Amino acid sequence: MSEFTMGPMLLNLVLWLPIVGVALVLLLARANDGLARTIAAAVMTVQFALATVLYLQFDATAAGLQFATQLPWIAQWGVSYLIGLDGFNILLVVLTAFLGPIVVLGAWTSIKKDVPLFHVMVLVLQFAMMGAFVAQDLFLFYLFWEAMLIPMFLIIGMWGGARRVYATLKFVLYTAFGSILMLAAVIYLVQSMQQSSGVMSFAFADLYQTQLPLSVQTILLGAFALSFAIKVPMVPLHTWLPDAHVEAPTAGSVILAGVLLKMGTYGFMKLGFPLFPDAARAFTPLLMTLAVISIVYGACLALVQTDIKKIIAYSSISHLGYVMLGLLSLELVGIQGAIIQMVSHGIVAAGLFLLVGMIYDRCHSRELAEYGGLARLLPVYSVFFMIFTLASVGLPTTSGFTGEFLALMGAFTAAWPAHLDGNNLPLVLASVAVTGVVLGAMYMLRFALTFLFGAVKAPHHSPDHPLLDLSLREKSILGLLTIAVFALGLFPDGALQKTELAAKSYQSLVTTSRTPAGSAGVTP
Amino acid sequence: MDKVHLLLVLSGALFALGLLGVIVRRNALVMLMCMELMLNGVNLSLVTFSQQRGDAAGAILVLLVFVVATAEIALAIPIVLLLVRFKRSMDIDRYADLKG
Amino acid sequence: MPHTLALIALLPLVGFLFNGFFATALGRHRANERAAGIIGSAFPIAAFALTIKAFLDLQAGGFAPIVEPLYRWALIGTSSFEIAFYFDRLSAIMTLVVTGVGSVIHIYSTGYMHGDKSFGRFFAYLNLFLFFMLLLVLGRSMLVLFVGWEGVGLASYLLIGFWFDDLTNAKAGRKAFITNRIGDAGFLLGMFLLYRAFGTLDMDTINSAFLSGTGAALLVPASLVGLLLFVGATGKSAQIPLYVWLPDAMAGPTPVSALIHAATMVTAGVYLTARMSGIYMMAPEASQVIAIVGVLTAFFAATVALVQTDIKKVLAYSTVSQLGFMFLALGVGAYGVAIFHVVTHAFFKACLFLGAGSVIHALGGEQDIRKMGGLRSKIPLTFWTFAIATAAIAGIPGLAGFFSKDEILWYAFASAKGGAPWLWGMAALTALMTAFYMFRLLWLTFMGASRMSHEVEHHVHESPISMTGVLMLLALLSAGGGYIAIPHFLEAQIPLPPIVESLEHYEHTLLYVSIVLAFAGLGLAVFMFGGPASRPEGIKQAMLPIHRLLSGKYFVDELYERVIVKPLAWFSEVVLLRGSDKMLLDGSLNGLASLAQRTAGLLGRAQTGSLHLYALLVMVGIVGALLWSWRHV
Repeated sequence: MSEFTMGPMLLNLVLWLPIVGVALVLLLARANDGLARTIAAAVMTVQFALATVLYLQFDATAAGLQFATQLPWIAQWGVSYLIGLDGFNILLVVLTAFLGPIVVLGAWTSIKKDVPLFHVMVLVLQFAMMGAFVAQDLFLFYLFWEAMLIPMFLIIGMWGGARRVYATLKFVLYTAFGSILMLAAVIYLVQSMQQSSGVMSFAFADLYQTQLPLSVQTILLGAFALSFAIKVPMVPLHTWLPDAHVEAPTAGSVILAGVLLKMGTYGFMKLGFPLFPDAARAFTPLLMTLAVISIVYGACLALVQTDIKKIIAYSSISHLGYVMLGLLSLELVGIQGAIIQMVSHGIVAAGLFLLVGMIYDRCHSRELAEYGGLARLLPVYSVFFMIFTLASVGLPTTSGFTGEFLALMGAFTAAWPAHLDGNNLPLVLASVAVTGVVLGAMYMLRFALTFLFGAVKAPHHSPDHPLLDLSLREKSILGLLTIAVFALGLFPDGALQKTELAAKSYQSLVTTSRTPAGSAGVTP
Repeated sequence: MDKVHLLLVLSGALFALGLLGVIVRRNALVMLMCMELMLNGVNLSLVTFSQQRGDAAGAILVLLVFVVATAEIALAIPIVLLLVRFKRSMDIDRYADLKG
Repeated sequence: MPHTLALIALLPLVGFLFNGFFATALGRHRANERAAGIIGSAFPIAAFALTIKAFLDLQAGGFAPIVEPLYRWALIGTSSFEIAFYFDRLSAIMTLVVTGVGSVIHIYSTGYMHGDKSFGRFFAYLNLFLFFMLLLVLGRSMLVLFVGWEGVGLASYLLIGFWFDDLTNAKAGRKAFITNRIGDAGFLLGMFLLYRAFGTLDMDTINSAFLSGTGAALLVPASLVGLLLFVGATGKSAQIPLYVWLPDAMAGPTPVSALIHAATMVTAGVYLTARMSGIYMMAPEASQVIAIVGVLTAFFAATVALVQTDIKKVLAYSTVSQLGFMFLALGVGAYGVAIFHVVTHAFFKACLFLGAGSVIHALGGEQDIRKMGGLRSKIPLTFWTFAIATAAIAGIPGLAGFFSKDEILWYAFASAKGGAPWLWGMAALTALMTAFYMFRLLWLTFMGASRMSHEVEHHVHESPISMTGVLMLLALLSAGGGYIAIPHFLEAQIPLPPIVESLEHYEHTLLYVSIVLAFAGLGLAVFMFGGPASRPEGIKQAMLPIHRLLSGKYFVDELYERVIVKPLAWFSEVVLLRGSDKMLLDGSLNGLASLAQRTAGLLGRAQTGSLHLYALLVMVGIVGALLWSWRHV
């Protein structure tokens, strides 16, 4: 087979492999916990390997979709099974595939109940997330978007902590609420495109051509934005996140922070802003304000949490604020920074949640005050903890720095000319966002201080039965994540080249006005 | 009154009778029989109209109703039997557990 | 060698990785300690040797800057972020000091840290620090400089909290990191502005653009950029208002205090300002601010140092004060002089700290100078080196500190770029206090009768040769370092400011005044502390409120605690967490949910459970619908 036919096959394989895994688990391992784990790990590893091949073969200089497959599906509605890779999703696909094996390995010993079912759910979720990233058809995207909800709901609801029912309910209500509005907007959008151009299509590429008056764009973007902003989450739509994280099992938290939250920002980048560019620009001051509020708000709240999982949950809110800030800057630097920040947060938050999970498995407590001096007790654990803490703080040489630095630089670069034109809001916002750098150091180092230093203290630890430091499995998971953290911190160029064209096309899509000629919405 | 009218009145009467039965009787079996009566009232009107318009659609619909009615009874009778086994009564008022 | 500069920076990194992975993993064993020490010291020494080679290359090339690109960090649009090294006169001086002083302090540490259970970890951190510090001084782009800038902050954080079993040490480390981060936020903003204007962060490009004053340089105001970068410098170089971390940083092992918190890292802000002199030459307002902040810092830190009783705290405040002198020089445009003082200060302050370390080592951990005294004969080598360094910092003529400090005073007085008599007056007063508190320290520690407990006194011993050897070397440099004419050497690259002509003839007068001030400080200290103990006690009683204010360090820490830390915690906890998150957001959500539940309860009443009623209602409904459609259709 030549490369040309091989490519699309490969992407399909990456997408559908988890479903093969589900079938294998259901057929072979319904009562065999160990086998279920092995199958899931193997499937995820193969998927990651294939995704790496995709990444390496991805041509950074070619515009448009690569490895694309298009099959007619519901022809009369213009719905097709259209998947493909572009600069928008290539990194996120690799991230999702990368976290897959890590999630399974991370849950190796901590999930004890209904193990095969758990892995079926993880695999289904992996499929849905991968699908949402590679889908290039709005209908397909919406299906995958909704499909993610169910396995996540079950993972929190079945394997979660004490208040899991409350947490899942909140999670589902919030996300479902957003989704319903988005569905309505999707239908309206496709309908109006058909009326204006006579073509009925759900393909993103076609929808990017629609021309809508500003008022309609505003309403539709409102609906999309609500749905995405809940997923990101942006303040004030964030309160589901800490509860969901706290109650979710470690694997759930890793997926949630690592990939699911990126759905929101990805949605803004791929759909929300490019579909409704005029409304997006009109919304920018509001959304930018919310993004900066999220940065500061999340950081302030992380500063006063007593539950170690909540600290990281709130830090996620803060970190994704930078992503939004970068995207909204509409500067190439900022957009590129936002994309890197998404990936970086995926890696770093995953690492931190895994670390928290590992200590929880040993001590069964999430109260920060019950710990102390772990650096004496668990030196290897502490080294990893420090690395991820610093990456979260955004220390140079780590991935966190690359993302935050570029995103903030973009925001500032965009704000300065606006300031010279007499509009000071972006400058004020960008400057406030920079204080997030200080607050980030404050809450993470407070965490590290209590956790690692001082007198040795940990629940279920006694001199006779000391806590065990990391096992080989745990070390290798964290080691992999650490490599990713430094790779993206020291050598981001390769990744940036792959996304550059997408960032440029996003920039031109959002900055080009697309209201119908003669309507009221023409921007000066 | 011509024949068609007569048949339609009869069909209406059957339906009304059935409806009355469903509303006033408390015995589950009798209520089911009354429902059959309503269905048959409708069937009669369908056949009548079909005859009058010379269109087979009505008659075909009647066949469909038969099938549905049979299926309904096939499900309803076991439910009634289960209910009887559950509370030793066919009085429908004793099964008000879904009260809000 | 094509990659000499990269190698200079990377050698300590190799040392870090080696010690980080192996030495700490192997645990504490006598042989491992030796291996860790040798490896930990060998890489810095190799880096020093390479630096000399690079310097010779530079000289051979007629001091034309050497640019050495390593790789491209990122290319975004048309702006490229290169990881490249840059070697000119300025970075040559800084690199020589960093690797030179760094190497000897590594050697000293093999003796000082002997027997510590985390010996390998200590050397790993120390090497890591050196790596980042070298990035800082060798980077061509501000990006590389910033990597080093934050990296040395990390190393400092780790080393201050090195003995982390005691939570206060770890807290001091955290305080240093966060205070520095506040400065870094300003630094970031300055960098963003420069990027906005030039699309690059290469410092040589930016400098020359500002100096030529054309094109992109007009897009951003030089003073704003200068001030933002200076905010970064106040953090790293412990100036008002961000100096508060440095005294606390003394919680770290003493070699760390010498290397990081005296000789090298804290001078990074001075280096940054000198490096970006192109901006500051175009920014008189920013320079003015720098001079004022510098002289105020110098003055107030010196007053605090007058009454400290912890040997390291005196030196810490003295460092803050000396850094203030350097910024004063920068503020009046005498960049080369500031760097001169950086170098001499590195020599004598490293010597002082290491001497203090030797004292602490000898006394088994005692740091309170009230419990010392009479150590002169017991540890003579330490005493003599300490005395030479003290004389150097006090400005006794002929020694290193005299030359650099005197030049600062002169430019503060007479520079045409912001010099003013009042700046000189403050600085001269500070110089007097410096001489006084340093000789006070010397006297209380080494002279007079012993105030040690009998047990401590019994164990006093001179330090091993690895430590005293280093002390002697540094004492030599403290004595002779002033004869290296650094301002002259740098003048070819960064010109010294012109002198106001009408003031030129004051030069000798001022020189004599400084000499008099140095000896006056010495005399005053000897008078107060050389006599009976009642004498200083009497003066203290006479000025009790002032003494309390000074020994309380002007209560700045308490002020920050009240004004910033506590309100922030209160705002986060009460307003955001309890008020907004729990009450407003979750509250309204739960309110909505319970409203839905209650409504459902009401509507549920219609569900009577009577099939007959349902059937009746269905019938009524159907009849109603039929009637309606009959009427309307």
